[in-house]
Amino acid sequence: MINLLLFPIIIPFLFAILLLFFKENVVMQRVLSVIGVTLGLIASFYLLITIKAEGVQVVTLGSWPAPFGISMVSDMLSALLVTTTLLITLFVIIYSFTSIGKERERFFYYPAILFMVTGVNGAFTTGDIFNMFVFFEVLLIASYLLIVLGGEKKQLRESIKYILVNIVSSALFVITVAYLYSVVGTLNMADISVKITEIGQPGIITVIAVLLLIVFGIKGSIFPLYFWLPGSYAAPPIPVLALFGALLTKVGIYAIMRTYTLFFIHDTGFTHEILMVLSILTIIAGCIGALAYFDLKQIIIYNIVIAVGVILFGAAQMNEAGISGAIFYLIHDMLIKGALFLLIGIIIYVTGTSNLRKMGGLMKTHAPLGWFYLIAAFGLAGIPPLSGFVGKLLIAQGAFQAGNVWGSIIILASSLVVLLSVMRIFIYAFWGEPVALPKIERKSYAQLMFPAIVLVVLSILYGIGTEWLIPYMTDATNVLLDPSIYIDAVLGE
Amino acid sequence: MKTNDVILQTTTKVVFFIIFLFSIHIFFAGHYTPGGGFVGGLLTTGAIVLLLLAFDLKTVQKALPFNFTIMTGIGLLLALGTAAGAIFFNVPFFTHAFDYFTLPLFGETSLHTAMVFDAGVFLVVVGSAITIIQSIGGDS
Repeated sequence: MINLLLFPIIIPFLFAILLLFFKENVVMQRVLSVIGVTLGLIASFYLLITIKAEGVQVVTLGSWPAPFGISMVSDMLSALLVTTTLLITLFVIIYSFTSIGKERERFFYYPAILFMVTGVNGAFTTGDIFNMFVFFEVLLIASYLLIVLGGEKKQLRESIKYILVNIVSSALFVITVAYLYSVVGTLNMADISVKITEIGQPGIITVIAVLLLIVFGIKGSIFPLYFWLPGSYAAPPIPVLALFGALLTKVGIYAIMRTYTLFFIHDTGFTHEILMVLSILTIIAGCIGALAYFDLKQIIIYNIVIAVGVILFGAAQMNEAGISGAIFYLIHDMLIKGALFLLIGIIIYVTGTSNLRKMGGLMKTHAPLGWFYLIAAFGLAGIPPLSGFVGKLLIAQGAFQAGNVWGSIIILASSLVVLLSVMRIFIYAFWGEPVALPKIERKSYAQLMFPAIVLVVLSILYGIGTEWLIPYMTDATNVLLDPSIYIDAVLGE
Repeated sequence: MKTNDVILQTTTKVVFFIIFLFSIHIFFAGHYTPGGGFVGGLLTTGAIVLLLLAFDLKTVQKALPFNFTIMTGIGLLLALGTAAGAIFFNVPFFTHAFDYFTLPLFGETSLHTAMVFDAGVFLVVVGSAITIIQSIGGDS
């Protein structure tokens, strides 16, 4: 099965195409999209096992020889991300059944999600820098549809911003790839790494490194390029917000991690120093935002920004603890953000508002929601043995080893701010005097709870099962720390 | 306001077929020389847009009663199917195959699987471009 690593990309794509034929048939749309994502998930688990057993999987499209054809490369990091992506998408789709509304379902909502997953998985898997641009476009165009679908006034305003920002960053992406190509004369990522090592990273390559950081920084929302994110993400309905928050910024983070461990490794004193300083500033800016708002959505959205900073800070350490901490935290953050967004979606559904000041006393009427929210909140802050703990511990450990004491102190302090920001939601929404709730159907409440609870349970398992995940994480870390594994797999020497 | 566009409409009835035939020529030329599914599809779209300019949306929809969304879907399926055919032979995705056949009228011709892929691209381009134009033009 030489094409196995492509299955998590092709299967959602195939089902997205099939859905185009059943525009009006909502039941068919739901059934087919669940089947599609489930099949993709099975394929990605199989891929995970194969990579564990046989090492990095590579296929070069069209049977062309490696540096010339487009290589698709699946190492442990990409396989883990692809699997998590499909997992979250599955539960967000199930959540959408009751929350998104028939109108949106009949206007290509599910095909858009599946096309976006195609793009996200493609970007995680590709081994060709220009092809990465193409997959970025695939996921962006699908996300344009998702953010504007429904056509509310707020959505239209924010989608114009979102599209403008992303068009600018995509243009910059192509320009940067052109610079890179004019210097090294290749687009294959493994080959680029070899060529940069041969010429020893002169100044121009460092310039390109910073340009790429800007490009991926806009998508991944690092300081000061995250300005568009809080407004745009708050506009679409909750399931779309959950997908964006859990998946899209992570593609930018993945691209930064990949390029900064594969290409630009000869002048880390400069490039990785910038990355580290920016990630600390990102954390601080995110913390300020998370404490400043009384709006549920905004608080969690600023928590995305904090997490981006934490992950990139870990990646910038370039030692084993830092990188594996970053990978642990990356997967954790995808799961927990998915879960949290779905949970606050239920809180908003139950109370009919996203303003914290107008809530209260939910604990008396919706106790399970409160407890699961509390677990997710503790997981986000990294209280042991929940899922955020190991990642943060390793990142802090890596930073101490690399001598960045101040940075790790800020990371640890940010955990407290994260805890405070999510506990504020808990205190305001669940404690205090009950307020009058709008009438809702008990059945749809239960249907919304199911996917959210499963995601929370998965994140608990992820925290408790750390011991079993370590072999996988070690494999992922090794490839990032030792580019020759990646290069040998692609170029076959 | 009623405009007199007899000349435009009469010309269009002829020119449409010329452009359409030329687009098919460009499509088949595309394998070894400039052209292909994308350009061919754009030319066909151009021909349909000319019809839309000369007549109105309703007439054109009556003359070409296709659902262009479905056409996009069929095109995507063709393209993906051609590329995915490689999976069944366990060779890398997108690997193409070709051979020489002797056909009546054409003589010895090389037939490529890449052409089926290109036909998919052609349908996707026409389908999506016309869908966009119809949904923007249909508003007024």
